Amino acid sequence: MNAILLPILIPLALIIVLLFTKSQKAGALIGIVGSLLLLTTSVYLFAEVRNQELLVLQVGGWKAPFGISLVIDYLAAIMLLVSAFIFLAISIFAHGFVREANYGPRFYIFFFSLAMGVNGAFTTGDVFNLYVWFEVMLLSSFVLITMGNKKEQLEGGIKYLALNLIGSMLFLAGLGLLYGKTGTLNMAHLAQILQDDQENLLMNTSAMLFFVAFGIKAGLFPLFFWLPASYHTPNITVTSLFAGLLTKVGVYALFRFFTMFFVQDALFWHNLLLIVAGFTMVIGGMAASTHYETRRILSYHIISQIGYMIMGLGIFTPLAIAGAIFFTIHNMIAKTNTFLVAGLISKLKGTFYLKDIGGLIKEQPLLAILFIVPSFALAGIPPISGFFAKFILIKAGFEAEQYIITTVAILTSLLTLYSMIKIWNEAFLKKQPETSHSLPRAKLSFSGLLPSILLGLASIALGIFASEVFEITYDAAKQIIDPQVYIEKVLMSQK
Amino acid sequence: MEILLAILIGLLYAIGAYLILRRSILKFIIGIIFLSNATNLLVFLSAGIVSGKPVFVDGKGISAVETDPLPQALVLTAIVIGFGIVVYTLALKYKFYKTTGTDDLDQLKQTDE
Repeated sequence: MNAILLPILIPLALIIVLLFTKSQKAGALIGIVGSLLLLTTSVYLFAEVRNQELLVLQVGGWKAPFGISLVIDYLAAIMLLVSAFIFLAISIFAHGFVREANYGPRFYIFFFSLAMGVNGAFTTGDVFNLYVWFEVMLLSSFVLITMGNKKEQLEGGIKYLALNLIGSMLFLAGLGLLYGKTGTLNMAHLAQILQDDQENLLMNTSAMLFFVAFGIKAGLFPLFFWLPASYHTPNITVTSLFAGLLTKVGVYALFRFFTMFFVQDALFWHNLLLIVAGFTMVIGGMAASTHYETRRILSYHIISQIGYMIMGLGIFTPLAIAGAIFFTIHNMIAKTNTFLVAGLISKLKGTFYLKDIGGLIKEQPLLAILFIVPSFALAGIPPISGFFAKFILIKAGFEAEQYIITTVAILTSLLTLYSMIKIWNEAFLKKQPETSHSLPRAKLSFSGLLPSILLGLASIALGIFASEVFEITYDAAKQIIDPQVYIEKVLMSQK
Repeated sequence: MEILLAILIGLLYAIGAYLILRRSILKFIIGIIFLSNATNLLVFLSAGIVSGKPVFVDGKGISAVETDPLPQALVLTAIVIGFGIVVYTLALKYKFYKTTGTDDLDQLKQTDE
């Protein structure tokens, strides 16, 4: 059996097992063990990719342009590894939430179908197959966001669903036009055809449709409004899961498409990406600094930081793309962590509203440390992960003489720092406001703290081993910018 | 035939766009159905229409005179996914109506600023 299928088959098998599980405890156990299994598989696949550069499986034995290819290259392997790590953290954190909300094993069913969609989107080498995995992922995220049936959840769910459905339709339309023009949907075949194709007019139509579709999913500048309107409505467990993963799948798709095959009209597309990235950073950062609700601040942060990843794509040198991939890894980990800490704060204080929170540094010094690590990482303070990610991006920006966007990126860092300091001051440093109705002192359970500790350690490790991580991301960047190996291996493999 | 289908697609997109701009959630969902079917037809049309020829592939691969079977397979998948999503949307709408008693998209302001 080929190991490439495992990231998809393991969640599928777990869903089937969970369907027949009645007890809540068993559900949670399956959740954690299953996530561990996923993580092990991803580590194994990553090691295999290190050895062989690229893993290919032609599903059902159909040869490349006709059947569906599953491909794992460096980028996919990195994304699989990081998302498996986040799945593990969330599955531990979810333990407490599922027990409180009395969801039983139902939560884990949709948790793993989301995992299946995300892993499928990372491994597929076929554009239509990518669409299918996007839908699997979206449908499970619809269920997760509305689970609990609170009024604001349903409202946020409708907004989230509306915008994402329109995004999916644009994706499908772009895919149809692409097929009409090229007669293939296999990514390697497309890359081969389009790299020396000069008639770019029709290509640009579908490239634009893809850009808008993935832009909606990634939360790019004019298209992000669904995100702050819906991400703060579900339980914080679900929000943390979404924050770390969903927008990044959109970013991943943009990386794939705009490095491998939409390369004809490079000047136009790269300028567009840079402009959009600049606005995404600034608007997200500014909106984050005006809010006083932790989940909203952090939601706008997600948007602001998507800008950095797209900036790397827009600069389009191997160094910049490596920086953007590094940034994506760092951001997935740190972002999930900040949301988890926000969840822990609200568990202690019963609210997300910063004005009603205070005095946490004396009550919970450990929580203060757990908050400092990801927020320093996001703000880019050495020696934690964010500094190196931003440093690579900014170095690449100066080398490519893109001074405006680089300046914007540096200034946005200050905005990020400002809003992180705001949370820090309000929640930890200032005294507990007397007006607020303080809860009887809740205690944090070990299973609540553990995921945050794990993610925090990962952030620090990314900073300490920055040069090793950079080498891997640089290999990934070289591989997607010059997809010659990818094309050969996918189209030649006879298996 | 292609012209006719193209006009139909345009019409479906127009109806869909009109409907999703209405205030009622139900009309929004019907608009989504129109848009999704217009998109399905667009994918279907992308391979071109070869009338009167079978869709099957002979031993030598796909030749120009036969209809390309792939878009039909793609559309079949897309239709199934589209139906699934519409059913979920209807369930969500029903739940929303039961909790709030409103079908008006303009009432959805609580989670914005």
